[in-house]
Amino acid sequence: MSAATYTISRSTPVSRAAAVAGLILCLFLAAAPWWAGRADLRLMSEIFLYLSLASLWNLLAGYAGLVSVGQQAFVGFGGYMLFAFTMFLGVSPLLAIPIAGVLGAVVALPVAILIFRLRGAYFAIGTWVIAEVFRLVFAQVSDLGGGSGTSLPIDVVKSIAASRSARESTSYWLALGIAVLVIAVAFLFLRSRQGLALTAIRDNELAAKSLGIDIWKTKLVVYIVTAALTAATGALIFLQKLRISPDAAFSVNDWTAFVIFIVVIGGIGTLEGPIIGTIIFFALRETLADLGTIYLLVLGLVAIVVMLRAPKGLWGMLRAKVGIEFFPLARRVVKPSETQDGRHGK
Amino acid sequence: MDWINSIVQGVLLGGLYALFAAGLSLIFGVMRLVNIAHGDFIVLAAYLGLTVATTVGLHPLVALVIVVPVMGLIGYVLQRGVLNHTLGDDILPPLLVTFGLSVILQNGLLEIYSADPQKMNAGALETASMNLGGNLNIGWLPLLMFAVSVATIAGLQWLFYRSALGRAFRATSDNQDIAQLMGLNKAHVFGLAMALSLAVVGIAGLFLGIRTSFDPSAGPGRLIFGFEAVIIGGLGNLWGTLAGGIILGISQNIGAQLNPGWQLLAGHLAFLLVLAFRPRGLFPRIDG
Repeated sequence: MSAATYTISRSTPVSRAAAVAGLILCLFLAAAPWWAGRADLRLMSEIFLYLSLASLWNLLAGYAGLVSVGQQAFVGFGGYMLFAFTMFLGVSPLLAIPIAGVLGAVVALPVAILIFRLRGAYFAIGTWVIAEVFRLVFAQVSDLGGGSGTSLPIDVVKSIAASRSARESTSYWLALGIAVLVIAVAFLFLRSRQGLALTAIRDNELAAKSLGIDIWKTKLVVYIVTAALTAATGALIFLQKLRISPDAAFSVNDWTAFVIFIVVIGGIGTLEGPIIGTIIFFALRETLADLGTIYLLVLGLVAIVVMLRAPKGLWGMLRAKVGIEFFPLARRVVKPSETQDGRHGK
Repeated sequence: MDWINSIVQGVLLGGLYALFAAGLSLIFGVMRLVNIAHGDFIVLAAYLGLTVATTVGLHPLVALVIVVPVMGLIGYVLQRGVLNHTLGDDILPPLLVTFGLSVILQNGLLEIYSADPQKMNAGALETASMNLGGNLNIGWLPLLMFAVSVATIAGLQWLFYRSALGRAFRATSDNQDIAQLMGLNKAHVFGLAMALSLAVVGIAGLFLGIRTSFDPSAGPGRLIFGFEAVIIGGLGNLWGTLAGGIILGISQNIGAQLNPGWQLLAGHLAFLLVLAFRPRGLFPRIDG
């Protein structure tokens, strides 16, 4: 048996089956405007937008170790950019979404240079200060409604599509599209050279540094990509809401607390975690939302218990027991004598 | 004259911010823990003070005698029961657990006290002031609060560098394992540190509740002020934290003087400027 015949495999039968099932699911979901009601479409759009935010936060905190509690800065920024570009420059809303993403990346650069000076938990609060600064600044812009906010003008809304049902389908597809895009970007990024560097940093920063990885630059890239996609998601969120105000746009509860709970409960540092977490979060919300404050109390409590008892979340627990992953990120050595059943080696 | 006035009032306000910050700085120094729920504990203390003042009929300042030990006890139990289990190399668990606590506290307070803003009544003391010539007046209450803040920080400084407990704090901070070998129980030391932190929060919360109105969602804002004071002053330096609080208070008041909408923004700007040009703070501890 010569060493040369060993091969490295990343996909497993489970991951290949998951890829096929995922593709079918995406097609099924893309057809939703023909089989789902109006209320269901709205709910599903919201689910996809939260899935997108959760996957992005997971990439930032779970893989790059940048625990931010200030991602609402980019959600609100993206929302406001959508309103500003459509209202003042007459840009089509569909074009304003990528513009919001690009501008999100542009503002993220100076922000990153400043707050990367803070470490760990202080970094977290630093991101929160940045979000507060964004909120206070946008509250000063009287053309965008100042502190009380503004609504998207009717003609801008109508420019998306002529009929109401076409508008609703379009915004549904956009929400589904951004969720798929974000997960695809995260998956491809983690499989790339940069992603390998990121995983190395996460596992041992000192060892990674000694191998020549530029830690600061790698984290900066993740921060900026995340900011861009978060801003684009924010633009979509407020395209659905059609109304924006500083308090709603930069809400720490809506755009960060819920997102953190989703990722923690689902399983931080896995691509599957945010998906599981989003499903659980919405299942809880749809059943307990009538309880109002109690619901939030329960959510906080569940997150604390999960963090203490199962810090890897539900997916992490499941993976430790069963050893499967839907998104093939791990590498395993395959001996030539064996079939590629993926259960051997690591 | 308006300018001198806003600077003087800013200094007095800064004392309160330094109190917000002192507890945060203390636990970070001892166990590298940042309590995201710190601001919500300040608000909890304010509500506790309100309940004590209204049910027992005590003057809010006298309510300190009850609120401070109760907060200290909560701190000790919280540290031993929950937070000690989150400490380790990974910064994520303590951060997320305290974040969860923050949400629980906010919604718990909302459930009990409703969203209506509350304020404690300190009676005639609230309006009493002395005239320093011209239209420069200093309220006795803000002055008293400032004096208590400075005394609290002096007390913490003494405790940290001159007492046996402070020696235990510093030893555990330097090396947990060796401190343990020398007969210190680090779980207990951490519990005491959190108790002390929340006892200071008890004072801060009562002062907040006497000075301004508060509601269950006021916590995160107080956390941010405390955090900014810590970073402006320099990590691990208690007197620096007082200076940081004062700089923050003055910046906010100058901002408000220019335009009422700029009050908070000016404070954040001062923080960001320090972060840009003196990232270790204005008065970093020498041995850092």
